[in-house]
Amino acid sequence: MTPIMKIINLQVSYYTDSGRARALDGVSLSLEPGEKLGLVGESGSGKSTMALAMMRMIKPPGRIEGGQVIVGGTDLTALSDDEMLKARLSKISYIPQGAMNSLNPVMRIGAQMVDAIRAHNHSISGSEMEELCLQTLESVDLKRSVFRMYAHELSGGMKQRVCIAIGVLLKPQMIIADEPTSALDVVTQRQVMETIDRVQDKIGAAVILIGHDMGLMAQFVDKVAVMYAGRLMEVSHVREMFTDPKHPYAQALIKSLPNLDNKGIFQGIPGMAPALLRLPRGCAFHPRCEHMMEICQSVRPDLIPLTDGREVSCHLYSEAN
Amino acid sequence: MPELLEFNNVSKVYSRGLISQTSTVALSNLYLKLKEDQPTIVTVAGESGSGKTTLAMLLLGFIPPTSGQILYHGQDINTLKGEEKIRFRREVQAVFQDPFSVFNPFYTVDHLLTVPIKKFKLAKSKSEARDRMVESLRAVGLHPQDILGRFPHQLSGGQRQRINVARALLLQPRLLVADEPVSMVDASLRANILETLRSLQSDYGVTIIYITHDLTTAYHIARSIIVLYHGAVMEAGDIDTVIKSPQHPYTKLLIDSIPWPDINRRWGATEIKAQESETEDRSPGCKFYARCPFAMEKCKFAPPLFRISEFQAASCYLYEQHSPVEAERLSELLPV
Repeated sequence: MTPIMKIINLQVSYYTDSGRARALDGVSLSLEPGEKLGLVGESGSGKSTMALAMMRMIKPPGRIEGGQVIVGGTDLTALSDDEMLKARLSKISYIPQGAMNSLNPVMRIGAQMVDAIRAHNHSISGSEMEELCLQTLESVDLKRSVFRMYAHELSGGMKQRVCIAIGVLLKPQMIIADEPTSALDVVTQRQVMETIDRVQDKIGAAVILIGHDMGLMAQFVDKVAVMYAGRLMEVSHVREMFTDPKHPYAQALIKSLPNLDNKGIFQGIPGMAPALLRLPRGCAFHPRCEHMMEICQSVRPDLIPLTDGREVSCHLYSEAN
Repeated sequence: MPELLEFNNVSKVYSRGLISQTSTVALSNLYLKLKEDQPTIVTVAGESGSGKTTLAMLLLGFIPPTSGQILYHGQDINTLKGEEKIRFRREVQAVFQDPFSVFNPFYTVDHLLTVPIKKFKLAKSKSEARDRMVESLRAVGLHPQDILGRFPHQLSGGQRQRINVARALLLQPRLLVADEPVSMVDASLRANILETLRSLQSDYGVTIIYITHDLTTAYHIARSIIVLYHGAVMEAGDIDTVIKSPQHPYTKLLIDSIPWPDINRRWGATEIKAQESETEDRSPGCKFYARCPFAMEKCKFAPPLFRISEFQAASCYLYEQHSPVEAERLSELLPV
């Protein structure tokens, strides 16, 4: 299958008083239609920056400095601002963290959905528009009556589902969900994730799920990309990521997870995430890595392909090749 | 000997509206005893709106109970005065969910540690105060030279949360209320904070009430668990037993919904029935009635706790062949 979404060498920097922080440093990824990718990493590793860069919503002092984001054959980075406005929601949509707080409290849910459609399509009639909204609400397991409700009449999980409904209203090819359930409890979280799963399946969109909850990743995605200090460390199928992680950082991450068999054993990752302003030379992970070699301190490893479509950026594996 | 802490038939009802009063029962008729000489970690679990945080607020004396009493060393915490009150404030400490909002960005993090030292007159001199700060930071696994003199924004969430634990430790508490202490911290740092909490219990003899909706972390640090739903106890007992073989339909749903980081353990196939009830539930029946797949006619009257084994009881008629335990004896179900 041909990829529906391709990120090629994306670079984003933030310019601060104390220097330039490379929040994304040459990230490349591709996704097939219907594929679900999990993007994990510690806070400050560049996960959310990547989502914002794909939507072209990076604000100064941040800047996209290079690279391409291609969705369904269109290079989003080459579009004019007006064209990008149209592309958001119809080609690529974004469900941010705490999206439920972004609903307008003084507008009915329906009016907010209609607004989104009208911004993209002037020719559609009122009744068609309403029908589309109602169908979309039903597709995320909400009652039709929600159309006439206000945000305060809904629970957190329901509001989050309204945001998903708005996100998929125009059947985008790409959905980015940035910690969509971080403010919800486990039962609601499962309902929301099952909703996302069902609608993306229905419209055949690719999904990027951003988060640091590895449990959620294990349950939801097909592929996992591990990010560290603005770079991809490893991209693997979810099963291999959990059973046989390659990159030492991914290994430490998997080991630190609590499960039912290792009660009372806590294995944190020693050391601290590096500050983007003062990245170590060579591999950004080397000060915390237990397999650190001399080359790691000076040469930055590239993302190299392994078998089965896995990719890893670590000198341990470049030697073997 | 009086207990360290005792909840004696405590209920909390929130009312709103002036003319047509609507009320929400956040906690109903809870009995709980924690012993002074047996420090333990008890988890209070449940989804949002289950009354977990209300329990923490009641325990810290931030809000008064609607009925019942909360006793600390045998004295009602809401009538404590003077010396006694100061002692209670020092010995009962809290660590809250958000490690970002508890710091004042204008002060260095030292401020958070020096204020309690001054307030409670814990040190006679500046150097002694500093020694105590250094000691408590070391105890939570931080290097004092990396921390003291820094501003909150220069530290990571995990470091800040550990400073909160260090602050609590400084006061040599008897009881620590940890309300979702790791839910906003990166997964890789959670382990460190949980480890710190556990060593507080084992090395310093602090009893910890760990409030969470995350049963994975609870399983790892706690000894016993109380599962709440709409303010009522659904299931209680030894944490290994409850998590590995949950009995109450609500506990089963909760455990089924945990996204285990294990590729071979898929999210439960069990259907989640109905939404969280939107209407106010004031019926005398089981609080879980509306969502329960096994709801029966008699569930319209609240079931007592049925003791399934020595350290496990569920409040559900499915287990009525077992002998019921009175609510007053809840603590006997919790191993220490």
